[in-house]
Amino acid sequence: MKRFNRIFTVAVFIFLYAPILLLVAASFSSGTSLSNFEGFTLSRYSELFSDKNMLGLLLNSLIVALISSVVASVFGTVSCFGIRRLGRRAQKTVMTVTNIPMTNPEIVTGISLALLFVFIGQMLKLKDVMGFWTLLIAHITFNLPYVILSVMPKLNQLDRHVGEAALDLGCTPIKAFFKVTLPEILPGIISGGLMAFTMSLDDFVISYFVYGPAFTTLPVEIYTYTKKPLPPKLYALFTVLFLAILLVMIVMNIVQARDDNRSRRNKNAKGEITLTRI
Amino acid sequence: MKKTVAIALILCAVFALFPVSSFAASDSVPLTGEVINVYNWGLYISDGTDGTLDVNAEFTRRTGIQVNYSTYEDNESLYTKLKTGGSSYDIIIPSDYMIAKLIEEDMLEKLNFENIPNYKYIDESFKNTDYDPTNEYSVPYTWGTVGIIYNTKYVDPIDSWSALWDERYSDKILMFGNSRDAFAISAFLLGLSINSTDEGEIRQMADKLAEQKPFVQQYVMDQSYSQMINEEAWLVPYYAGDYLVMAEENPDLAFCHPKEGFNVFIDAICIPKSAQNKSAAEKYINFLCDPEISGGNMDAIGYSTPISEAKQYMDPETASSAIAYPDEETLERAVSFTNLPTETIRQMNSLWTSIKSGNGLPWYLFVIVGVAIAAAAIFIVIRKKKRNSY
Amino acid sequence: MKRRNNVFKLLLSGPYLIWMAIFVLVPMGMVLYFALTDPDTGRFTLDNLMGIEEFLPVFGESVWLAAVSALLCIVIAYPVAYVIAKAAPSRQRVLILLVMLPMCMSFLLRTLAWVALLEDTGILNRLLGSLGIGPLKLIRTRGAVILGMVYNYLPYMIMPLYSVLTKLDRRLIEAAEDLGCSGTQVFFKVILPLSAPGIISGTTMVFVPAVSTFYISKKLGSSGTALIGDLIESQFKQSYNPNLGAAMSLVLMVMIFICMGIMNRFAGQDEVSRI
Repeated sequence: MKRFNRIFTVAVFIFLYAPILLLVAASFSSGTSLSNFEGFTLSRYSELFSDKNMLGLLLNSLIVALISSVVASVFGTVSCFGIRRLGRRAQKTVMTVTNIPMTNPEIVTGISLALLFVFIGQMLKLKDVMGFWTLLIAHITFNLPYVILSVMPKLNQLDRHVGEAALDLGCTPIKAFFKVTLPEILPGIISGGLMAFTMSLDDFVISYFVYGPAFTTLPVEIYTYTKKPLPPKLYALFTVLFLAILLVMIVMNIVQARDDNRSRRNKNAKGEITLTRI
Repeated sequence: MKKTVAIALILCAVFALFPVSSFAASDSVPLTGEVINVYNWGLYISDGTDGTLDVNAEFTRRTGIQVNYSTYEDNESLYTKLKTGGSSYDIIIPSDYMIAKLIEEDMLEKLNFENIPNYKYIDESFKNTDYDPTNEYSVPYTWGTVGIIYNTKYVDPIDSWSALWDERYSDKILMFGNSRDAFAISAFLLGLSINSTDEGEIRQMADKLAEQKPFVQQYVMDQSYSQMINEEAWLVPYYAGDYLVMAEENPDLAFCHPKEGFNVFIDAICIPKSAQNKSAAEKYINFLCDPEISGGNMDAIGYSTPISEAKQYMDPETASSAIAYPDEETLERAVSFTNLPTETIRQMNSLWTSIKSGNGLPWYLFVIVGVAIAAAAIFIVIRKKKRNSY
Repeated sequence: MKRRNNVFKLLLSGPYLIWMAIFVLVPMGMVLYFALTDPDTGRFTLDNLMGIEEFLPVFGESVWLAAVSALLCIVIAYPVAYVIAKAAPSRQRVLILLVMLPMCMSFLLRTLAWVALLEDTGILNRLLGSLGIGPLKLIRTRGAVILGMVYNYLPYMIMPLYSVLTKLDRRLIEAAEDLGCSGTQVFFKVILPLSAPGIISGTTMVFVPAVSTFYISKKLGSSGTALIGDLIESQFKQSYNPNLGAAMSLVLMVMIFICMGIMNRFAGQDEVSRI
């Protein structure tokens, strides 16, 4: 049974990675088709790095993902403090609303935001309301729940007395916040923010409904590309992104491992394993 | 400071002495900061791949105006995008019937032809058209015909639309993804008018299309390129210009203008009401009408140019292709689209949605699953209650 | 002091409440409004909702395919999550990283890679062909769509299952064993019920995107497997009928919220679980 489970797991990983490896292999192929490997070449990479258009789209995606995840992290964390001060019933209602973007199908979120933006555009007599700002607002909106749902539990775990102790010992409330509270909830903020960043970077469905001609993100452009013969430099881009994300994850892994070791030493008695999640 | 200016001037003079070809990258105009949003069909402009002319880059180089280029799949998608609002485009290139519709709904700007001197190159036969009788709203970009592209390796020579209903090629047939082109094929086959507004006739066309569905691999537009080139599909009704491009990649492909008749279209450049930079857009239109640019552009996209003078800049083989420029006899079978009343379009769209939507599962399966879920739910509730009562 | 506290509270939570109201609740209202109005006159009508009747089989198909995918995901993800949860901590981290990595990569391109694998002229069929097995009908089947869904959303099932399984108290299992339970009994009576929250949150995370997808079915499905997502997309992007599209979205949304409500009820937990 155990052996079966292991073999099965390996098989699942092969299943998960086969298409990725295929795309990586295609980036080195001199043919244009995904299903034919013709000959080894690195020219796809030089094509990619000389294509300002595609790099610009990548930059657009990164900008939207970075700004939206940072804004969502800060905004979400501040809001968490506020939400916690609300009454029980209000708190519950707010959390239900927070869950809506998480449980709503992305396509519905996308079209509902598009309807709203077009409506606002008509109100303000703006001809080109769709673009950077609508993308950013949409991304912040679907990023916020990720941050809130990962900061909230940390905040609930927080020992109130520690904060009070800090105040008693003469800290100003602001100092107490930065010295005591923030370090405690920081892992929650970081994991929420990172989750938001990756979600935002690869979001296609919602962006597809709110992008504008002047500002598009990479996934949206890939979608319009996939209706035509795909330029093979996209595979090169995929490979570069794959390596970049792999690198980031490895670094995070090392950092987290160190962090875990430290906290395990600290909380030896409890012996609880912190979950690694992004 | 003075020295550098002097050197720059000398350099300029030196460059000016040499007759620089207009495609060279040297004498580019500095960017003006102006940007126009161009919204065009997919794969419908020469973009510089494989050493062809890069139309948009060339325009920026000559005028300093930058181009934000994006694409749509078909006239209906373009119309939806414009109608939905929220996005501003300075240039669009719809087909004839769609231009008529857009004019009717007051969605196009009148062009200022003083800014478009190259309009004089447009052949007379493309002026005073049915869709824009007063030549106020549009400047022809290309024209072309619709026919069947097929792979001679797998498909016997064909001359009729009925090949797309041939069971032997089941799952290897691609079909138009937009309603108007699809209904037209059905109309030709049934001997009806492609501009029919009769409810019963439209229904007949829809029934014919529904008949075809089991044999259709997918309803697509430009996706047919890769499908046809790598022989995943064998037959597709598509535009003649695209055939010329596909045939370069796969020489086994052939094209036919079916005997029942086929659609001939003109795609023309327009400026929608949402445009924000009309004068720059007019410069762009003027630029596209430059015979040299049009020639280079048509060479790459394979469509037919409405500017006879452009042919001298084209690959002679493309310029004399019987597929891009069919003879009189063939063109006698050609019919163009006219704008249909909104009711008819709506009927067509809703029938088309039904045809394209999945077959669905038999109803009883849905009921069975529902009952099963309900049963499981009740079972769990009862068990929970029992457990709680201990 | 009390009043200052109140102001502080509003200052902290107010912007969030306003944001969510404008960008979550109002848009939902817009969907409702479009679903219930006539495209021409803008008057109240139920025609859009009634018009959906014709597309009920498509809803059925979408739900069916998504449900089968969710079920398959549970069956596949469970052993994997179990193996990962049992592994040594350092290896656990690496494995989880490997599960998450595909989630971050462009799902459009990865789905396209499956097309290249499954096509009639694709890699698998050519491999089979060289072994003398005729080309199989792999792509453009329901199976291919389900495969696409399982492939894309499997990590979303593994993650919550893994996080539940790592929290599992070993002592409970030992207790069950001491009380004379067999291996399978321990699994069905102790481990499985305890991992219910993970299964439920995983199921929602797989089912919701799967039921509303419009890319997977387009690429891996045939002309006969258009799903509800495809229909909604085409109303907004091609056929220009936002009212019908909104009505479809509304039905889809209500359907999902009902499903979620029922599931959460059975899980006996109020808050929606997450990864």
